[in-house]
Amino acid sequence: MSLAWRELVRRPGRFAVAGSALTLLVVLLLLLGGLLDGLYLGSTGAIRAQRADVFVYSATARDSIVRSRIEPDLRARIEEVDGVASTGGLGVALLGATVEGDDDVLDVAVTGYELAPEGVPEPPAPGTAYADDRLRADGVRAGDVLEVGPARVPVEVVDFVSDTSYLQQGALWVEPDTWRAIQSESRPDAAVADGVFQVVLVVAEDGVEAGELADRIDEATGGATSSLTRDEAVLSLPGIRQQNSVFTALIGVTLFVAGLVAALFFALVTLERTALYATLKALGAPSGRLALGVVFQSVVVALGAVVLGGAVTFALEQVIPDAVPVQVEPSRVVTSSVLVLVTAAVGALVSLRRIVRIDPATAIS
Amino acid sequence: MPALVMEGVRKVYRSGSEEVVALDHADLVVGDDEMVTLLGPSGSGKTTLLSIAGGLLTPTEGRVVVGDQVVSDLDPRQLTAFRQRQVGFVFQSVNLVPFLTARENLTVVGELAGRPRRETGEQADRLLEELGLSHRAGNLATELSGGERQRVAIGRALMNDPKLVLVDEPTSALDTKMGEAVMELLRNEITGRGIAAVVVTHDTRMTHYTDRTVEIVDGRLQA
Repeated sequence: MSLAWRELVRRPGRFAVAGSALTLLVVLLLLLGGLLDGLYLGSTGAIRAQRADVFVYSATARDSIVRSRIEPDLRARIEEVDGVASTGGLGVALLGATVEGDDDVLDVAVTGYELAPEGVPEPPAPGTAYADDRLRADGVRAGDVLEVGPARVPVEVVDFVSDTSYLQQGALWVEPDTWRAIQSESRPDAAVADGVFQVVLVVAEDGVEAGELADRIDEATGGATSSLTRDEAVLSLPGIRQQNSVFTALIGVTLFVAGLVAALFFALVTLERTALYATLKALGAPSGRLALGVVFQSVVVALGAVVLGGAVTFALEQVIPDAVPVQVEPSRVVTSSVLVLVTAAVGALVSLRRIVRIDPATAIS
Repeated sequence: MPALVMEGVRKVYRSGSEEVVALDHADLVVGDDEMVTLLGPSGSGKTTLLSIAGGLLTPTEGRVVVGDQVVSDLDPRQLTAFRQRQVGFVFQSVNLVPFLTARENLTVVGELAGRPRRETGEQADRLLEELGLSHRAGNLATELSGGERQRVAIGRALMNDPKLVLVDEPTSALDTKMGEAVMELLRNEITGRGIAAVVVTHDTRMTHYTDRTVEIVDGRLQA
């Protein structure tokens, strides 16, 4: 390993090409991951924040919150299912809003709720709302009155909550009647009667498994409902599943290219070092030791690329416009870094066969 | 005990259906403090003999013993360990590791054999002093002159306290004066250490530096 390290230290220029290519790939990888996280977190916050175990939709809604309607009698049947500890209604209206006296239209998700999600207080007084931080970033302040929807229904922001946006729109958390009023006045064609919610959230009794309870609820309602666990509800949001698949594929391809870069570079380096390796083998260096040196160099070059690429990504994140939802999470940085290091190591291992085949006798011929 | 015993050693290469005999029933004994020149033209089999003696090639037939080690019975892993500890090589093209200093080119031999760093370092310093290279110890191999590189290569061959040093065409890339200096140095370094050496060359002017000369022609050792 000391041989490999000395070469890295004394001939850094030799590894510059591979290091630069890997740095660019790390930047791409982190930006793709940041975009995926930004899109995912910005779309799913209001659902992820829920404490409920099961989300119950009307069967005809095909797991869409805005299409779903749960009437009070259906909710009563849900509440009678064995294993249900408590329920709460939820409704969402996606609308435009303006701060009173301002013409800029903000996208908001007016969310009527009964069960307080994680980080959100109990429902506020009628006509008031807790606003998501995304709206604060748009210039909304506590005490501002938002005029919501085409009917310009006034809602006063009393405080802010974090990570609760819905489909890239800042949530306005309101009590159910305020949501119904806004929904009915803004969308008369989709008006909601008293007691009706779009989704019923179910908290399971201790020890009851969410998936099992969801099946039990759908059975008890005779197929009138479609019940999902929280994770399933998150993935059922429009575009989330497709978005995850596309970005995961892009990240996979980028990692593959990183592995290819390491494999090709160190295959060429190994070819160039044939005479040197033959000499070292003649002096008693086992092939495994030489191959480990190559893997070590690949991992160190990749580590440098991760550090440099991370710094470049961090700098880019500062200048990327807010409209681009890039959110590089620490967990993403750690995962991507580990994957790049592992990929670089595996890529370098491609040279193992070539190293094993170098004949030490060629050192003397 | 002889440093090298070769009995009926044969090496055959196959090229399609043809057999090429590179070494044909070679018998050779080299004493434990003896320096032998192996003289022969290109393609005579001298490099093959050297490679078999050094555990770089395995013979098709015959028996090879270095010190008390029967080399011809060893598997590739054991041959690697044998080369780490019991033979030293001086290659024709020197083959120093270019990104290591003169001293590190010596200590790398000890590192490969897993010897203690301090012991290896002290031995390298001692050898460099003997070779008149103490002042160049910290210079990279690429910063050394041809003669200095050759001297480092000789030091490297002695680093594992071998029973046998195998020297391949040490003067081929040097002018006569430099070649004689290198042969003189080789003789001085090897004689008196209880080390045997086989020096392969096709240069008849260098044979008088060794104790005796063995000729090889078409894979056969001449009496």
